[in-house]
Amino acid sequence: MPSPRYRREMPQRYRLEAAKCKKCGKLFFPPRLVCAACGSKGFDKTKLSETGTIISYTIIRVAPADFATQVPYAIAIVESDNGARLTTQVVDCKPEDLEIGKKVKFVFRKLYTEGHTGIICYGYKAVLV
Amino acid sequence: MREVAVIGCGMTKFGELWEKSLRDIFVEAALKAIDDAGVDHIDSMYVGAMTPGLFVGQEHISALMADYLGVAPIPAMRVESACCSSGMALRLGLFEISSGHSDIVLVGGVEKMNDGADATYALATAADQEYEVYQGVTFPGLYALIARAHMHRYGTTRKQLAAVSVKNHHNGAMNPNAQFQREVTLEQVMNATLVADPLTVLDSSPVSDGAACVVLTSVDFAKQLKAPLVKILGSGAATDTLALHSREDITALKAVKVSGEVAYKMAGVKPSDIDVAEVHDCFSIAEICIIEELGFTEKGKGGPFTEQGNTALEGKIPVNPSGGLKSKGHPVGATGIAQVVEVVEQLRGKAGKRQVKNATIGLTQNMGGSGASSVTHIFKI
Repeated sequence: MPSPRYRREMPQRYRLEAAKCKKCGKLFFPPRLVCAACGSKGFDKTKLSETGTIISYTIIRVAPADFATQVPYAIAIVESDNGARLTTQVVDCKPEDLEIGKKVKFVFRKLYTEGHTGIICYGYKAVLV
Repeated sequence: MREVAVIGCGMTKFGELWEKSLRDIFVEAALKAIDDAGVDHIDSMYVGAMTPGLFVGQEHISALMADYLGVAPIPAMRVESACCSSGMALRLGLFEISSGHSDIVLVGGVEKMNDGADATYALATAADQEYEVYQGVTFPGLYALIARAHMHRYGTTRKQLAAVSVKNHHNGAMNPNAQFQREVTLEQVMNATLVADPLTVLDSSPVSDGAACVVLTSVDFAKQLKAPLVKILGSGAATDTLALHSREDITALKAVKVSGEVAYKMAGVKPSDIDVAEVHDCFSIAEICIIEELGFTEKGKGGPFTEQGNTALEGKIPVNPSGGLKSKGHPVGATGIAQVVEVVEQLRGKAGKRQVKNATIGLTQNMGGSGASSVTHIFKI
């Protein structure tokens, strides 16, 4: 991830910043410029709940180069308690501990070390609660 | 608006084509299609390709292919919509002829995935780079998330997923252009190496090289040529959220449903009128979701519908007689037009051992990413 692009996404990756449509109340993560539900363009800045529920999950066993040393790792789609969904790794657990419907908490972690320069990329992951 | 027909088709064998370059395979398929059509020129061309830039470091392939096909200075355009690039390209060819702008248009697709690029990375660029791929998601991973949710909600079984691969390999074993011309068993699929649980390597389409082309013209012009004529009755395309997690129901492929509904409406046919279908089985679960969205069976019933043999060659609605992406191979940019090549051959009654009996109306459905774009066409002989 080239650094300008990495820096731009920090509010989402570090602080889970989201946007709530002023008109219909739908929550978007990451923030957008147009509400996909009602077409309105006004948003309030807000934050994802720090807990959520597993909608689905998988264990990645063949990964792209940046993640190759981490396999096998768990990936889940999680719905935050305030209603936005995201894709995240679920860590500090065994694959067999995962289930649809289980509760998780978001945590701040290292995601991967990038390419030859070794820049460390951070962001959110989830752990079972 | 003029009616449009497919009058010629051609494709390379799909597989690991180490001795042939990106340009060679496109030209090979294009020459076959032009020869099959019996035309002495083409007015313009569209080339579908997902990412030749990442796979072989070559962009601007519209001009490259026109140059090497020896047809410059005709206009040529590259079309990209991930794995449905050439399905989308077909729409542009259709519109160009139906509008009366051109009389003969070549539409093709090509991808060279085996020249040393990191295919997992290149394919993942069709997902959301910032919010899916950044977390370590892969394409098998995205379809595994769909599969797990489908199994949880509808009771779809591991064995039903495997039945898709078994059926498609059975068909592909009869296709001389297929990458894997061999059968697999339910046990082999279920016990194969896991790629992303619950999907194994035998639930997954392969990394392939290949090209496919068709020649289109107006129905009136086709009659003068006395060429075998397959009409394009309907065309529908649609989009959905790029990230899988943004969808309210991750087992629903809304773009597939909408692209199908638009194509059915334009063609004036219903799902029960379709005699043969080629659909985008990039993973076994994809075929199950797609046959539900296209109305061949009810939502949630795609697993048992497949297991009961309804989508087999002799079934109620034969799906992927070519072997599908799973067995025939999936050079991503070429897949959409390769599906058209199969349906045209089926409608012409020239599909050999895998011929579907008395097929007169055929459907192709081609999809990009985890279902963020889809294009459906309906054909009639």
